Amino acid sequence: MTVKKLLIANRGEIAVRVIRAAQELGIKTVQVHSIADTDSLAVRMADEAVNIGPPHAAKSYLNIGAILDAAKQSGADAVHPGYGFLAENANFADAVEAAGLIFVGPKGDAIRTMGDKVAARVAALKAGVPCVPGSDGRVANHDEAKKIATAIGFPVMIKAAAGGGGRGIRIAQNVVELETMMPQASAEAQAAFGDGGLYLEKVIERARHIEVQILGDGKRAIHCFERECSLQRRRQKVWEEAPSPVLPQLIREKLCASAVALAEAVNYRGAGTLEYLYDDQTQAFYFIEMNTRIQVEHPVTEMITGIDLVREMILVTSGAPLSVAQKDVRMRGHAIEVRINAEDPAKNFMPAPGTVTALTVPGGPGTRFDTMLYQGYQVPPFYDSLLGKLVVWDTSREAAMNRMIRALNELHVVGLPTTKSLHLALAADPEVRAGAFHTRWLEPWLEQNLHKLNS
Amino acid sequence: MAKHILSPLPGTFYRKPAPDTPNYKEVGDSVVVGDVLGLIEVMKSFNEVKADQAGKIVEFFADNEEPVMAGQPLVELA
Repeated sequence: MTVKKLLIANRGEIAVRVIRAAQELGIKTVQVHSIADTDSLAVRMADEAVNIGPPHAAKSYLNIGAILDAAKQSGADAVHPGYGFLAENANFADAVEAAGLIFVGPKGDAIRTMGDKVAARVAALKAGVPCVPGSDGRVANHDEAKKIATAIGFPVMIKAAAGGGGRGIRIAQNVVELETMMPQASAEAQAAFGDGGLYLEKVIERARHIEVQILGDGKRAIHCFERECSLQRRRQKVWEEAPSPVLPQLIREKLCASAVALAEAVNYRGAGTLEYLYDDQTQAFYFIEMNTRIQVEHPVTEMITGIDLVREMILVTSGAPLSVAQKDVRMRGHAIEVRINAEDPAKNFMPAPGTVTALTVPGGPGTRFDTMLYQGYQVPPFYDSLLGKLVVWDTSREAAMNRMIRALNELHVVGLPTTKSLHLALAADPEVRAGAFHTRWLEPWLEQNLHKLNS
Repeated sequence: MAKHILSPLPGTFYRKPAPDTPNYKEVGDSVVVGDVLGLIEVMKSFNEVKADQAGKIVEFFADNEEPVMAGQPLVELA
């Protein structure tokens, strides 16, 4: 079944990205939007637009009933969820399919399995994918916790089985702390999630964040190599690149093969990402979680492989087999993406919506700017602060860094502060240029380099 | 003249710190300078709205989860 009319259940730059992919496939588009997004670029570009409610996302972009009504009313035959909002909501995926529409993503059951931290870990271990050493599932009692923690070695993280977003995590340095923290963690998890279940994981210090892009058609899965996203602030990625500057080829092959094994084990369909921690001292990698959606940083993979991931998602979910075989996926050169956010680096990254009074977009060789901005656009305060993603490709990492500096200098967003100055400072930093960083590198760097940043 | 507490930022107004907790303040409560009256969510970041004057709350002009503009009156004090 081919898609004729695609409804985009998202907003911002990713809605624009999906509309572009649809247009190139000759597919009509329906953009749903809140009243705060009536003037958005996606609404202007789509063939049709449907208002689904008030600005507050719970009443619009998270309103499954309103989105399905819009699909019915417009005659759409497929729904692309983008990222965030309902993209990883298994009930939404099921509801879309129950309405007789194509969900441009995995089956609800695959989302469900990967969304439950303990279930995902069990599936990974079963597929032979290395996980962070820890308990196999929930820990039954103190004695078991003590036994496991001693075996994997301190420090250990005590995590809530039903948790997420960093809540309910405690780090114990020794047995005494473990004994004190377990009852507190359990009580807190019970209060926050209605489930006091805990599991344990070893703390991997100075780890790098490396993730593998996969594509599946429900039967077969392939990988499109890795991305490194170790430069993070408050667990939010700010700079992503492909390939990783430090991964040896042999480890790359093992890492990517493990991702394909897990994707095939859950009959994965669409685009997905398996996130790992990588310890470059020991060259060990550990699966942490799978994101069952297209990711913000997907363009760096597109730049090094030439594969259009969003197009491929639409094709495989409408029943086509993957258009590429693993042996034909090759990587070439180096790509870097930086997130241009409506935040003021000089004011501790305070978000600042406003009106774009003038805009100059970078161009030239190997340069891509995915954005929803246009001159005169009023950035609403109700959603996240991402304005655009500046992506560059060049033959080597060094050349890509230089191209990034050139492209950043061409970018001018007038009317509101952006994170451009952060990326210019990072691209000039000797440690960033050497690829010598880990997930806890950026925050102390920011404290020391605040004076280099401006609005 | 009525005393108004204005929204410092554009965004979404919340009258309570979390969905399952009581409101910060109710009509009839007395407030002193610095008391938290609500939150404004702007681009997923939460900012407290503090009283810059003292008085007794007469009215809330914005409901919980209502979109507000910068400078818009949120609370009337007497």
